[in-house]
Amino acid sequence: MQALYAQLLVGLINGSFYALLSLGLAVIFGMLNIINFAHGALYMMGAFVAYFLLNLGGINYWWALLLAPIIVGIFGMILERTMLQWLTGLDHLYGLLLTFGIALIVQGVFQNYFGSSGMPYAIPDQLKGGMNLGFMFLPVYRGWVVIFSLVVCIATWFLIEKTRLGAYLRAATENPTLVRAFGINVPRMITLTYGLGVGLAALAGVLSAPINQVRPLMGADLIIVVFAVVVIGGMGSIMGSIITGFALGVIEGLTKYFYPEASNTVVFVLMVLVLLVKPTGLTGRAA
Amino acid sequence: MTALTDDTVPMTPRAMRDEMIVFAVMALLLASVPFTGVYPFFVMQALCFALLACAFNLLIGYGGLLSFGHAMFMGTAGYCSAHALKVWALPPELGILVGIAAAFGLSLITGFISIRRQGIYFSMITLALSQLLYFIYLQAPFTHGEDGIQGIPQGHMFGVLDLSKPTVLYYVVLVGFLAGFLLIYRIINSPFGEVLKSIRENEPRAISLGYRTDQYKFLAFVLSGTLAGFAGALKVFVAQNASLTDVHWTMSGEVVLMTLVGGLGTIFGPVVGAFAIIAMQQYLAGFGQWVTVIQGSIFVICVLTFRRGVVGEVAHYFRRSL
Repeated sequence: MQALYAQLLVGLINGSFYALLSLGLAVIFGMLNIINFAHGALYMMGAFVAYFLLNLGGINYWWALLLAPIIVGIFGMILERTMLQWLTGLDHLYGLLLTFGIALIVQGVFQNYFGSSGMPYAIPDQLKGGMNLGFMFLPVYRGWVVIFSLVVCIATWFLIEKTRLGAYLRAATENPTLVRAFGINVPRMITLTYGLGVGLAALAGVLSAPINQVRPLMGADLIIVVFAVVVIGGMGSIMGSIITGFALGVIEGLTKYFYPEASNTVVFVLMVLVLLVKPTGLTGRAA
Repeated sequence: MTALTDDTVPMTPRAMRDEMIVFAVMALLLASVPFTGVYPFFVMQALCFALLACAFNLLIGYGGLLSFGHAMFMGTAGYCSAHALKVWALPPELGILVGIAAAFGLSLITGFISIRRQGIYFSMITLALSQLLYFIYLQAPFTHGEDGIQGIPQGHMFGVLDLSKPTVLYYVVLVGFLAGFLLIYRIINSPFGEVLKSIRENEPRAISLGYRTDQYKFLAFVLSGTLAGFAGALKVFVAQNASLTDVHWTMSGEVVLMTLVGGLGTIFGPVVGAFAIIAMQQYLAGFGQWVTVIQGSIFVICVLTFRRGVVGEVAHYFRRSL
């Protein structure tokens, strides 16, 4: 049973990353109509910024948790201003191709300087050790990742669904021209939205740094799984992305316990099944 | 939404004549390669990728469907051909057929699944399916995992053509490429191809005119996947191995890049793009990961400033379709 709980926890942690990343993809897609292929690379950048902050600047994990998303978010906003915004009005596919190119550049540069091997990032002192829950041993850091991600996801949901800013955002997604007519600076909102989505990816990167090592290709394979998550959940709903992300992480964890050979492929197989049964994805709107 | 290609030049006898002239020049140039001292292995490799890119272009350039998993057809056909040649000891022509049949079967299944969604979702689904297949091949015993299938015998095609001789192999690959190219050219200019283009331009209108667009897209997908498989089967004889690299998503990305550089929706673009990218990899092989960075930069530059690609720009300048 211990092993089952351990795999469930791993599943929940992976689910946290899926949720944070697919949430960011959904927010970006809503505003920019772009599938951000660079999301995995920016997730990796988040982990690397945390690594640099610690090793070059002596800035600890807690500050990295705040600073890395801001730094990567600003980098993302520069990308949006200098490149992505020129794609407005073109076919969606160009956005995918452009961000794929950006992902190759970012990953290639990091690979040049850091190779393909991983670098360790220590767990902060406050979160070291573990708790005995009676039925299992829970490493504190892992519990923290799950709870913190959940809080961030729900905060993002609240921001978009319940606040005035979120209302503007949703309105601009539906009809940007009309929202501009009300005097709202939609291009700036688009830039900020991209920064927000990218920041979420970077945050996931920082969270994962102490668990998985900091590697240049850490986001490359992850992003493809997240794409499958997005196809399953659909990008129409924020809450849908969060729930699908966590659920698929848990299912993957269970597969690792019951049938480890399929743990790499289970998310893709589920995607195929969902497409066969309900082609529009679980949360429904057709693309 | 603006269409992918903005120059829809109507098919006139003159355009057809232009294209046949360019085709003849290309065929002559390629046929004279063994007499020029150019390294034939490089050209053969480029020809295989050119056919793959042409097959990919059939789907994106004429059907508007961006597949981000086209390496799976090449890789699958490669593995199956290699297995048939090495383990079953089949002659080359049957080995190629096994590869094509495998790609055909795979494209039936993956087409059925991925055609259910459109646009951006279609790309993500094809990418995810190819990753699924990558993990299956990583674990399946017959692919020999990380090692791949190596030392594949080239054999005698039809019992007479000794494929271990570079010149013979070169002409076999060239004939295969030209046949595949002409088939794609025929498909594009058939009534089926015209319907496909109309779906790319305006799918709702095509539906309202009574076309069952899903069936057209499915057929285009199967044709494209099968032809990509043909390219993969030919590549087995050139590289004499079949490995995981051929099914990895980076390979799918390279195919997209070749077509983008040459020109999406142009007839000769993918060929030009494939030669350019393969040549670049050849010359920059010593620069390690900077090749990835350069490829990424080409993506960015093409999308931002050069969306018609090399051949597309030339065609646009002369107001022809090429």
